Amino acid sequence: MIKVLDSAVPVACWSCSIGHNDSTLFCPHCSKIQPPPGGDYFSVFGLEPKLNLDLAALEHEFHRLSRRLHPDRFARAEENEKQWSLADTALLNDAYRTLKDPLRRTEYLLKLKGAEIGEEHSGPENTNKDRKDPSRVPADLLEEVFELNMQLEEMRAARNTGQDDPDLQASLEQAKRRFDGLLVEVDQDLRNQWQLWDEADAAARKTAEKTMVALLDRRRYLSNLVRDVNETLGA
Amino acid sequence: MAEGHVVGIDLGTTNSLVAYMEGDRPVVIPGVDGSNLVPSVVALDPITARGGRPTVTVGNSARKALIETPERVIYSVKRLMGRGLEEIQDELKLFPFHLAGDLDAGPPDPNEVPRIQLGELRFTPPEISAYILRQLKRNAERFFGAPVTQAVITVPAYFNDAQRQATKDAGRMAGLEVLRLVNEPTAAALAYGLDRAKEGTIAVYDLGGGTFDISILKLRDGIFEVQSTNGDTHLGGDDIDNLLLAIALDEIHAEHGVELRRHPGAVQAVRNASIEAKIKLSTELMAQFDIELPNGDRYQREMPRAVFEMLIEPVLARTAGPCKQALADAGLSPDQIDEVVLVGGSTRIPAVRQLVDDLFHLKARGKKPHIELNPDEVVALGAAVQADILAGASKSTEEMLLLDVTPLSLGIEALGGGVARIIQRNSTIPASATEHFTTGVDGQTNVAIHVVQGERELAADCRSLARFDLKGIPPMSAGLPRIEVKFLIDADGILHVSAREQRSGQAAQIDVKPTYGLTDEQVESMILDSFDHAEEDFAKRLLIEARNEAETILAAVERAPRSPAWAQLRGEEQAAIAAARDRLAQLRQGDNAAQIREATLALDQATRRFAELMMEAAVSTALRGKTMNAAGEELAEAVTAPHAMAPAEFR
Repeated sequence: MIKVLDSAVPVACWSCSIGHNDSTLFCPHCSKIQPPPGGDYFSVFGLEPKLNLDLAALEHEFHRLSRRLHPDRFARAEENEKQWSLADTALLNDAYRTLKDPLRRTEYLLKLKGAEIGEEHSGPENTNKDRKDPSRVPADLLEEVFELNMQLEEMRAARNTGQDDPDLQASLEQAKRRFDGLLVEVDQDLRNQWQLWDEADAAARKTAEKTMVALLDRRRYLSNLVRDVNETLGA
Repeated sequence: MAEGHVVGIDLGTTNSLVAYMEGDRPVVIPGVDGSNLVPSVVALDPITARGGRPTVTVGNSARKALIETPERVIYSVKRLMGRGLEEIQDELKLFPFHLAGDLDAGPPDPNEVPRIQLGELRFTPPEISAYILRQLKRNAERFFGAPVTQAVITVPAYFNDAQRQATKDAGRMAGLEVLRLVNEPTAAALAYGLDRAKEGTIAVYDLGGGTFDISILKLRDGIFEVQSTNGDTHLGGDDIDNLLLAIALDEIHAEHGVELRRHPGAVQAVRNASIEAKIKLSTELMAQFDIELPNGDRYQREMPRAVFEMLIEPVLARTAGPCKQALADAGLSPDQIDEVVLVGGSTRIPAVRQLVDDLFHLKARGKKPHIELNPDEVVALGAAVQADILAGASKSTEEMLLLDVTPLSLGIEALGGGVARIIQRNSTIPASATEHFTTGVDGQTNVAIHVVQGERELAADCRSLARFDLKGIPPMSAGLPRIEVKFLIDADGILHVSAREQRSGQAAQIDVKPTYGLTDEQVESMILDSFDHAEEDFAKRLLIEARNEAETILAAVERAPRSPAWAQLRGEEQAAIAAARDRLAQLRQGDNAAQIREATLALDQATRRFAELMMEAAVSTALRGKTMNAAGEELAEAVTAPHAMAPAEFR
């Protein structure tokens, strides 16, 4: 099998005309800023796709690159360099924002690997989805969720008529604690999968990716649920 | 590339300032009257200038006209920047803005930029702001003796896209290339961060004349990274003034039967008294109102600080929500804020300081907010620091970099009127998002996109930024075209959009219709005067100004022999004046501005004793029983050369 590197296309530097690998922000020969490179967010920081990242090192690199790329450094430069500084910095910021957050980072990597992530909105057509699509209720939680939704309805009805129901309140708070706990569990499971993925070979990675897609779905479901409970309790 | 000074401008609701870096320190450039603050007030002089258009004045001289000719004066115009007719209805109730649309036949277009009636002329809010900016530009040019063409202008952090664009338009109209719009609280942090290589998390609480911002920043190795920002673009000292004003007007009506609201000049006088009382109550425990009413009655009232604090409590309380939201968005608790910086004149109010103390648990942690820099000047000073960073010429700022965020989420209206968020609020800018669109009907050749800004769930509740029409899509089956649209928020917080159809490789054409805003052509047509740009034009303007000053003093000298004081001069004094006059009269025809100025000053020197004699004569006339007014008129006749830094007339 022939391995094709997607960043192997040589590009001539606009300034010194010497060819370079296109996934670079600066020309390795004359150091001039280059148009946005084609690689992924990880490559912006010179990283291989990984799920466990050293966040302090990431921030340090973000600051170092910002100092060189930011439009403030090109305020009096030629128009083309200004435009590239703007585009490159936007790419750097988008990359940093995505990679520094563990969930966004996981979603991003899974999408890079071709996974379909639920509740993504890649256009106006598939937004406005119902938060609680019943088909997505995790099977092991079906009963509990059913019970919780009933209690939430009751609570809202009680609120609307100005009544207080301490028992219901206590029961909802207990449910919230239970689901908060489940969230912590999901996060731990996710972290375990990061470790697996980072160290595994291609075949094992596929399995980890499938597991993570499922964990993210579960996590999204749980956090929507906790949000609903919080909104109802806080109302 | 134009070099020269890049200035920092704080274009405020109440006052505006211009500053620059003098070595490694930012300093404010004083105006013609020696004052650092230029009131953000614009007036049309009642007297028509030579060109036929009325003269526009800015600042303190414009403020003086507020009581005499209120219908020819405008202030707090920042409240109208980048807003549509529907949005400003509340402002119209509180501020004496007169919309020109009222006079036109037919209903006004809600998407039009409102036009303000000032005397017999109409202006858009950016045009009014441009007059203020031009005054600041000229103050700087007089100070440097060289043209100023590039500036950094500050805006409230919570300004939306349209408000930012309107500010940039105003800069262009004033002949300034706006190198960057900087958020006011961030600018203040820059000013404070200059001296100390600080590390830590700071909150900037900025309560100005008309806007409130809170920003939370992380400082590290000279990088100022904004974590979150929040605010209210219609909350400030103005609201406190309006509160006191309404109380006074109601009491005057109830106790004296006078409805002052029908007399704009009188309302202005009460407004000034309210502002004075507010300022006094920051240092005193009691303020007095004593206003003479048109019917000869006096409105007298005492206002204890405790009552004042009770009255303004609801206004101040409105700052708490944004502070809490900013903390939550940054993922921080109040105790994690290392330092708090206070910005804006309204933070002098003790009750505001108390509120800040409560919000950030300062006293409990043995901390005090930073107030070392003048809260009226700190934003302009920070703008000067940012200007220096952009000029890239100075050692003191080369390690500094500001990473700011967009205050509001950017979204696209989805089917059913919901909002699909594409860039979250508090994202570091520049930020971008790429979205893909397709067609819903076979052969469809255009797709409409509605871009909104805000945090609400429904597009109708968010601020509409623009409608884009993607045109020229090659006819294909429904769902087949793949149009990639790239949204980019630049370092000024302003949105740019580009699109291409991926399957055919055709660049899709975009028609941008800003919801409220001026088109490029409109801005172009509103540029105040083209000769503000080039250097040769600058020289021309200096010459015109020098000639004007020469003419003024020559005309006064012409009238001098008619004054009884003239006879009191010795023969050689009269001869010296005549010689200086002749020299100036001759040079005035030439092209050398410096020579004309120098001769003007010489004539001013020669007439100094004559001016003193006239002054004495006028005073003794007054003592003989003439009214002070008549004496004043005579005094005005006295020969005084315009000060070397006299305000330029706008024609």
